[in-house]
Amino acid sequence: MITKRIIPCLDVRDGRVVKGVNFQGLADVSSPVELAKYYSENGADELVFYDITASFEGRRLFTEILRQVAETIFIPLTVGGGINTVEDFDRVLKCGADKVSVNSGALRDPELIREAARRYGDQCVVLSADVKRVDGEFRVFAKGGREDTGLEAIRWIQRGVSLGAGEVVVNSIDTDGVKRGFDLEMLDAVCRAVRVPVIASGGAGTKEDFLRLFQTLPDVDAGLAASVFHFGEIRIPDLKRTLRAHGVVVRL
Amino acid sequence: MIAVVDYGVGNLFSLRSSLRAVGAEASVTSDPDVIRSAERILLPGVGAFGDAAAKLRETGLGELLRTEAGKGKPLLGICLGMQLLFEKSYEYGEHDGLGLLSGSVVPMEGKLPPSLKIPHIGWNALHFRRRHPLFRDVGEGDCVYFVHSFYADDCADSVVATAAYGIPLTAAVAKGNVMGCQFHPEKSGNVGLSILRAFCESEVWA
Repeated sequence: MITKRIIPCLDVRDGRVVKGVNFQGLADVSSPVELAKYYSENGADELVFYDITASFEGRRLFTEILRQVAETIFIPLTVGGGINTVEDFDRVLKCGADKVSVNSGALRDPELIREAARRYGDQCVVLSADVKRVDGEFRVFAKGGREDTGLEAIRWIQRGVSLGAGEVVVNSIDTDGVKRGFDLEMLDAVCRAVRVPVIASGGAGTKEDFLRLFQTLPDVDAGLAASVFHFGEIRIPDLKRTLRAHGVVVRL
Repeated sequence: MIAVVDYGVGNLFSLRSSLRAVGAEASVTSDPDVIRSAERILLPGVGAFGDAAAKLRETGLGELLRTEAGKGKPLLGICLGMQLLFEKSYEYGEHDGLGLLSGSVVPMEGKLPPSLKIPHIGWNALHFRRRHPLFRDVGEGDCVYFVHSFYADDCADSVVATAAYGIPLTAAVAKGNVMGCQFHPEKSGNVGLSILRAFCESEVWA
């Protein structure tokens, strides 16, 4: 049986891991390489690195840190943030990323998904979508959740998958940082719409939130979170033991 | 020295780093002389079977690998590199592989229960059919990382381990000095590193 994946997400700015609550009020947590090493030795199935730097210098630093991480740990690495062109794919893949996550870049130019999938394979392209309820529908937001694109989220995700995205990360802005559980309603709608792996993000506060996620929505493949892991509120080995005790198949 | 065959397919950064992590001296190369002088050969690969097989054929590296394997040199194929060891693949057409192992590579599409997603992606448990030196430090049920949409079939004589995904998918194969892993040892944490270490160190393959 394929196992459900638990994925810590590391937002990196100026070479340091940060985590926002509702995308604002960032606070420094730790060194990316140290944190990545800690997680890979403590049950993480995969790591996601988001580059939230805007400057050229910051981007160079991020790429260098990514290389250090990929030389140190040997579990799958997904990289996102600032991926706007196929050259950006190339830059991070050469530094050891296994998958590349696109968000605003794909909203600006959906063909980026097709082109990258053609060149690197579907398995390499992850579509990440920040989704929020507006006027009774699910809308996709761009630019780190700040800008309403007006696009209906489920249709956008379906389009991204048909263009070649091999996996989707769905982050609910409504539940992100609130720590009252994943957005099951929205995730259910996504799972019904696509046949590629779905990674749930936004809202995890307790181990029980992950348990509810996998028990309610068996088609969800992975749960992603940041601060609850970074601040030690949930320890991944404990989380996995809880999941296994309730019949969810995980790697221990 | 381990030769990691570079034939323009896939990203070798992680494989190189993981070999360094297990203390192996590795050379990523397409130079026939380096491959000939290597003690062991690693054949990686990601992407389409047809393209990869064509590159091995055009560069002459395919013939070289057959020759070196024929001399008894340890050869380990990873992911697409494992699939290339077989006689044929039916990935978008019909393509000849290296023919070092008997069997063929077939699509999962149509073979799995419809509820299962393709590709088979993520961590899955190894179920051993027999023990093998490559897996001297790997236990029954240990998880490794897979990403693939096609799998090796009709290869009962070489199967070492399978992974359950609706059906038993071929996960590891071996016949004498020719070995393969469908999963990515370089992405499978300590379990994966132990497999690479065994490949670099072991002298006996049965």
